[in-house]
Amino acid sequence: MAWTRQVLRVNLTEGTCIPEPLNMDWANQYLGQRGLATRYLFEEIDPACDALGADNKMIMATGPLTGTMASTGGRYSVITKSPLTGAIACSNSGGFFGAELKNAGWDMIIFEGKSPAPVYLSIENDQARLVSADDLWGKSCWETDEILHARHQDPQMRIAVVGRSAEQGCLYSSVINDMHRAAGRSGVGTVMASKNLKAVTVRGTMGVGNILDPARFMETVAAGKKVLAENAVTGEGLPALGTQVLMNVINEVGAMPTRNMQEVQFEGAHKISGEAMLEPRESDGKPNLTRNGGCFACTIACGRISTIDREHFSVKEKPQYWGNSGGLEYEAAWALGSDTGIDDLDALTYVNFICNEDGMDPISFGATVAAAMELFEVGAINTSHTDGVELKFGNAQALCWAVEQSATGTGFGADLNLGSKRLCEKYGRPELSMTVKGQEFPAYDPRGIQGMGLTYATSNRGACHLRSYTVSSEILGVPEKTDPLESDGKAGLVKAFQDATAAVDSAGLCVFTTFAWTLDDIAPQIDAACDGDWSPERLVEVGERIWQLERDFNLKAGMTGADDTLPDRLLKDAAKSGPAKGKVCELDNMLPEYYQLRGWTADGQLTAETRSKFGLPS
Amino acid sequence: MLKSLNIDPGKCTGCLQCEMACSLENEGVFNTAKSRIKVFTFHEEGRFVPYTCTQCDEAWCMQACPVDAIVINAATGSKDVKNDLCVGCKVCTIACPFGTINYNADSGKVVKCDLCGGDPQCASACPTDAITYVDANATGLDKMRQWAGKTDNAGA
Repeated sequence: MAWTRQVLRVNLTEGTCIPEPLNMDWANQYLGQRGLATRYLFEEIDPACDALGADNKMIMATGPLTGTMASTGGRYSVITKSPLTGAIACSNSGGFFGAELKNAGWDMIIFEGKSPAPVYLSIENDQARLVSADDLWGKSCWETDEILHARHQDPQMRIAVVGRSAEQGCLYSSVINDMHRAAGRSGVGTVMASKNLKAVTVRGTMGVGNILDPARFMETVAAGKKVLAENAVTGEGLPALGTQVLMNVINEVGAMPTRNMQEVQFEGAHKISGEAMLEPRESDGKPNLTRNGGCFACTIACGRISTIDREHFSVKEKPQYWGNSGGLEYEAAWALGSDTGIDDLDALTYVNFICNEDGMDPISFGATVAAAMELFEVGAINTSHTDGVELKFGNAQALCWAVEQSATGTGFGADLNLGSKRLCEKYGRPELSMTVKGQEFPAYDPRGIQGMGLTYATSNRGACHLRSYTVSSEILGVPEKTDPLESDGKAGLVKAFQDATAAVDSAGLCVFTTFAWTLDDIAPQIDAACDGDWSPERLVEVGERIWQLERDFNLKAGMTGADDTLPDRLLKDAAKSGPAKGKVCELDNMLPEYYQLRGWTADGQLTAETRSKFGLPS
Repeated sequence: MLKSLNIDPGKCTGCLQCEMACSLENEGVFNTAKSRIKVFTFHEEGRFVPYTCTQCDEAWCMQACPVDAIVINAATGSKDVKNDLCVGCKVCTIACPFGTINYNADSGKVVKCDLCGGDPQCASACPTDAITYVDANATGLDKMRQWAGKTDNAGA
């Protein structure tokens, strides 16, 4: 149990909403959420299809522990083929939407086809219907959220929505839920908008009651909460400073990508750090951070709730941005700040607000602006492209201008909305794009943290830190310390993180628990809640099966081993400062061993033996 | 010694562990919609506020009930709804100035906090001590200690 065993199939072409039973054979093999939805997608679409065509499908999926009291058990993912990368996309979000969907009685929603006109899906428990969204098209996520709450007169309704950027075809648009939580990466919001689907509203009052052994489940939940509370990262660092606890740490170890990854340390890092968010500002004596906030069931509560200085140029004339909203997480602070060379905390907070308001992934947006800044500085673009704006590194006004352009897709915003890869190709300098498989890098330079180089190169959704966060081992020493400058032995480390993370995602839990939890803490919670025996070993096997299936999807989409690489800048240009000074990312030393450990051929193809070992569909 | 729930909104992160613990204890299901304690989010202000019955001494709900279905639990001081007597007339929901007693359409009865018989699950589940169960005669003790700590002994 713990699954509701109900799937809602929404055909947007036909305008139908039809329930069907969950495929429990697949649930036993792929657990839920990321894994299970990938299995459905693999079955139902041609991986080579046009990501923005009616043939692509989009799945919103919860895990078996979503909606329960297991700490962080509130997560859902959006799974589809990505328009940014052409690979499998799976973007995971917290907040409250996922748990509400489960409470309404659904494990997942499968969206297929394309609506002839804008619609939103309204769900109240077992009642689902498509409603015209003609009046919502062209509105931001925040405006749409407000209008729908008012229309349904239900403050407890939860909403996932796409903004104007997605409507305009921005290739890295997110699905935003609960105002400032995001299924952020790979353009899953772009796919949603391409189907003329503006929003999903959910109200669930059925509850999650089908726990296999409730008493044992509550024992394991309490034990898990205790481990999180007593751990220095999940019990102290993350609640106090959020993921921004990392800003100064990563800068010191020389792995802070700076100015489009030209450097590995940012001189302004301390000004945009988690610590800086606590400092009272001059104008009103208040700090940037109001308090921390938790997602559904989360006992860590790393979320930042922030305000912008009302005297700051970005909002001085805009009182609508004077209130609290989702503040800077480390990835956003890095992409919007260090990667663009901007150390203005209020400007970054404003840009982050706009990314939430109109649903852009702040990592891809920031990294694309960084690429544009380098294009500007080398003369590949000039003020004739940018409406007179000096798009140079360090220019906070230019960044605030850029986010407004991107949000609505106007002017140079249409170029920014292509993402870094297509932007750099358009202006004849493809080597300046810091991407893997077309997706922009996150906040760890692989010259200073070698394992992350292999992580990025082999990630099934393009450059991403959340597929195998070896930073945990290489920098924080969890579960055990490895040398960040050493590439030997990282293949096995990356594989282990990839497999475990796939299982954690698929349970409906947050990967941040793994700063404290191992699969030995997680498996008992799944085992008490779900039918079947769920041991740590089985979770590893399920995790690896998911990884292999995602890989197979990408190969069938036309990718090859040649796509498992990094930009030359990271492979050939040595780090200029810090502990990694003189180092490049030694990908060649890691990749062949990784392929071998995965059971792949030397050119990255799955062998028949590997297929059969994991029971992959043909 | 009588105890009461003590709520410190400043510590609340809005995670809803309390709501799930409440619904599990009382309804046997994780269902925030069925919780007797509710956490309110004030997004613009960046505040989370848990709210539930304070167990008034001269409870409006108890006084208003025409069939005497709300009774005092002598052990805990909570005002408990007797389901076999409640007729679902909802007068108590009108009488309560705080809105903390509500009608449940599924059962046809009203529901309110009964302190879980003296072991309130919301307090046990709360990860930040925003909800505690303390001596009813000294709910101000923490605040007193905070202010006491600010006293300057060096002067005068």
